[in-house]
Amino acid sequence: MPEEFRDEVLSRRWFLTATAGAAGAAIASTASAETLADVPDRGPGADLSAHSERSRFAKLDRIPESTPGKRNIDPSDAINSKTPHQKLVGNITPTDLHYERSHSGVPDIDPSQHRLLIHGMVGRPLVFSVDDLKRMPSVTRIVFIECTGNGWENWKKADPDLTVQNTHGLVSTNEWTGVPLKFLVDLVAKDKGANWMLAEGGDGAGVDRSIPLTDEIMEEAFVAYGQNGEPLRPAHGFPMRLLMPGFEGNLNIKWLRRLKFGAAPWMTRWETARYTQLLADGKARQFQFRMETNSVITQPSGMMQIQPGYNRISGLAWSGHGKIAKVEISTDGAKTWKQAQLTLPLLSKAQVRFQMDWDWDGKPTKIVSRSTDEKGNVQPDRASFIAAMGTNALFHYNAQQTWSIDEAGRVRNVLA
Amino acid sequence: MSWHSKLFLAGLLAAGLLAAPALAFDFGRPAAPDEIKLWDIDVGPDGKGLPAGSGTAAQGKQIFADNCAACHGENGQGGIKDRLAGGQGTLASNMPVKTVGSFWPYATTLFDYIHRAMPYPTPGSLSTDETYAVTAYILSLNGIVPADGKVDKESLPKIRMPNRNGFVPDPEFDPAKLLHKK
Repeated sequence: MPEEFRDEVLSRRWFLTATAGAAGAAIASTASAETLADVPDRGPGADLSAHSERSRFAKLDRIPESTPGKRNIDPSDAINSKTPHQKLVGNITPTDLHYERSHSGVPDIDPSQHRLLIHGMVGRPLVFSVDDLKRMPSVTRIVFIECTGNGWENWKKADPDLTVQNTHGLVSTNEWTGVPLKFLVDLVAKDKGANWMLAEGGDGAGVDRSIPLTDEIMEEAFVAYGQNGEPLRPAHGFPMRLLMPGFEGNLNIKWLRRLKFGAAPWMTRWETARYTQLLADGKARQFQFRMETNSVITQPSGMMQIQPGYNRISGLAWSGHGKIAKVEISTDGAKTWKQAQLTLPLLSKAQVRFQMDWDWDGKPTKIVSRSTDEKGNVQPDRASFIAAMGTNALFHYNAQQTWSIDEAGRVRNVLA
Repeated sequence: MSWHSKLFLAGLLAAGLLAAPALAFDFGRPAAPDEIKLWDIDVGPDGKGLPAGSGTAAQGKQIFADNCAACHGENGQGGIKDRLAGGQGTLASNMPVKTVGSFWPYATTLFDYIHRAMPYPTPGSLSTDETYAVTAYILSLNGIVPADGKVDKESLPKIRMPNRNGFVPDPEFDPAKLLHKK
């Protein structure tokens, strides 16, 4: 246990927190038990079941939306569905709450009929069934996947009514299991000159991306069929998807059915017209695959209310470059910073939870986090980020997220 | 088996995760050329992958009205989904309008995308000639081919899109450097 964390745990202040720290709690409030005599008697509970459902008192839902800021819409108009980070604890996103982004709905695929074709510049084009993949040597790894549009709400303005689910709900972390790309590459005997790979999905949109075969990608990419110990959920690519640790969500092709090797990128719609970053001068950055160093405070966060006195600040940090090295928190609008504790395990290209004790004096202020990864990349403040990227980029937003707190303890989204 | 796989398997064996008999590499089955053709639909910027056939903008106008206008609007503007025409000269403004004419760098991408993903409710339902025709029509809406223009396998890759030079590769994944390195 790190020195600073042990000190905090052992401090008297830590133990004083239990009664005050309920702001924005995930569990819906019920009639309170003021004395232990009010707690209902024990007795036989519900029958055992085939699935363990969440408590009816725990309300956890994603929010489907269409374009930025268009929420509370008919689900048939939704293009994504966001993770409720303000209600989650720990590092892993529950499987059913992992964010979802699809481009032509969620296909209902019978795995016995699904096939993966690998061809192009290879010595032996092969067709694989799902069972073929499951028989191969596997890897299991906890990694985040982040939509390249995560954070898109705050490019030009800050709607004060946004929650952290609205601003940062397009990143989630799960444990994924599958077959290393390099194992498949060897099976088909890829040509040496094939430096790019087209990955294509079996969805209605046939989403396809060109992927450069760098050493890092050859070492880390895998074709996943498992998610948190079970088969992938359909929304996340059942029966198989590409997993590209640290790289933008759209590259993690869901419902994967084809890998084609070639010498140059294909310039698909997704890597030209869509997921490119439009800079202020009108030029667009292309093949910007890696997700940046990022963090956000989830507790307290937008639309919550806090009380003066003890508060525990908690949030999530992640980087496409590797491990998070440190997270700093400011409770005075980025004037001074204090290092937060990181919750183990601290894994490369996975979200990690940070936390810090805070006594709020009841005066209006702003809280903000900034992360630094093991490669030395520091999450930028908003002003310098916008100065470099402009406000039209739409993708790869990783500026520091500031929450303002007024004299009544209301927490609201602001730009800085 | 390359040294990559050997090392990988050796690691697994050392960790006691894999029984020795699994070294018989009988995964999958060969892909026949005819079946590869069924799925090999991608089109590169050099035109590689484009099928034989052709279509005119005039033909495409009716096909667009029947299959595309409901989402993209008459003339590719004002619909509930992506705007397809106009917007040239707006990319450096505060209100950039990204369309096929203002933003897309390759005309081949338009054929590929319509062929694989459009019309949204029935992707792949347009014939090759119809796909060429709609491609020609959308390009004509943007003033890139004339209203009586025609596109095919040879002409489409030669079309110079207005924003062809509007893209700057991320240095880490620049295709030119990646090829140079390997």
